[in-house]
Amino acid sequence: MTSKIKRGVSLYSFQEELFLGRMNVEDCVSFATSIGANGIEILPEQNMPTFPNLSDAQVEEWKAMLARHGAHFTAYDMFLDTKVRKDRLMTDDEQVESIRRDLVLCNRLGIRNMRVLVFVRPDILGACVPYAEELDVHMGVEVHAPWHLEHAWILRTIDEADRLGTKHLGILPDMGIFMKHYPPAFRARFERQGARPEVAQFIVDSHEAKIMAEYTIYEVAVKMGGNKAEVAMAETLRHAPYANPKRIGDYAPYFRHIQAKFYEMNEDCTDPAIAYDEVIPELVKCGWEGTLSSEYEGNRWIQDVMEVDSREQVRRQHAMFERLIAEAEAKYGAMAAA
Amino acid sequence: MFDKYIIDPATLRNTGPADAPTGFAFESKLGYYRGLGLSMIEELNVSVDGETLPRDAVRFDEGNGPISLDEMETAFDRRWPFGTPATILVSREGGFPKGAHTLGLVQKLRVSYLPFPSFNTDEKQVDFA
Repeated sequence: MTSKIKRGVSLYSFQEELFLGRMNVEDCVSFATSIGANGIEILPEQNMPTFPNLSDAQVEEWKAMLARHGAHFTAYDMFLDTKVRKDRLMTDDEQVESIRRDLVLCNRLGIRNMRVLVFVRPDILGACVPYAEELDVHMGVEVHAPWHLEHAWILRTIDEADRLGTKHLGILPDMGIFMKHYPPAFRARFERQGARPEVAQFIVDSHEAKIMAEYTIYEVAVKMGGNKAEVAMAETLRHAPYANPKRIGDYAPYFRHIQAKFYEMNEDCTDPAIAYDEVIPELVKCGWEGTLSSEYEGNRWIQDVMEVDSREQVRRQHAMFERLIAEAEAKYGAMAAA
Repeated sequence: MFDKYIIDPATLRNTGPADAPTGFAFESKLGYYRGLGLSMIEELNVSVDGETLPRDAVRFDEGNGPISLDEMETAFDRRWPFGTPATILVSREGGFPKGAHTLGLVQKLRVSYLPFPSFNTDEKQVDFA
């Protein structure tokens, strides 16, 4: 069975090297294709210095560069500066116009998925649907922790898409919502900042037991007299949900792209925190078609003590993807054929 | 996410006449994973040995000419691109003090999707000749 799940990389993954000038965008694309991750997700506001003013020549340069490496675009990450003015928020019309600007640039680049920031109002997106349909761009609201697939705010976007009967509005899950285990990289940094090992262990154990964050924060801050690093570590639990992977199939019709968030990979190419071993079988089982797009966000947790090697981290994640996809297809592909 | 990289201490230099400097300047990058319009850079607090210099002593130049923080509030057509150094110019009689001192910078950003302002903070020990 040939997989419907494709592999790709968001250039967000290489933010450390791009920021420091140690890689350029073409280095990122070249590396991605070297590990079979041919789908490229871009952040124009990160990767295109002249944003939002891209000439036709610049658009063609990007397309030619990807073609040179056998890569293709998968998604465009938009932003919306509702607070561009100090004295007032953008009006609704200004918000629609800003999103339309991004839809147009997305279309010029030949990209059919746009990642919409989770804070954008569903009714604003509803007003953008006619443009998205005309330009054939799917607007996917990023389901980012601490939101999750069944959060009421996310359901409002799904309701709006259903109400309009459109295929051009939906969601775009960030796999950070499936944090089954507390990331060791988080814990290690808080310990370097002064968290006592026994308090860090209490926080990790509380997360493992899926205790509501507020209980743990109170325990650490008040009852244990937690120091600054310990309280900060406990507060990360507010943003560390573990959504139920078994519900993925119910929402699959609403997404075509996934931001495959991760914080670190073990040397044996397993993820110590995010439950990809539960997520990928669900994606295969429901026949989901789209791209798993790496989003490495570990740099900020380790850069105080070591050199960041985003390439090695992404390489390990893709080794895991290949293994998990093959295993799930062997299991569910065979079942489907039987 | 990039705090420790936002000041480039090697670029620190005095401005004005060599024998009577009127200020100093250094290069900085925006501590954020994307570029941002200048109107959303609310503060660039520069400090020497922990003492913050007045807001109106600071000017910013991403390559299109120096402007004050007040002017940046309405500079809707200018952006500070990702990973790109810009010059921070500071008026200070005598320039930067000679010898071992601490140069500090706090970037306060208005990021629309965050409920609170975003702060990037860096301090560098410099031995200024």
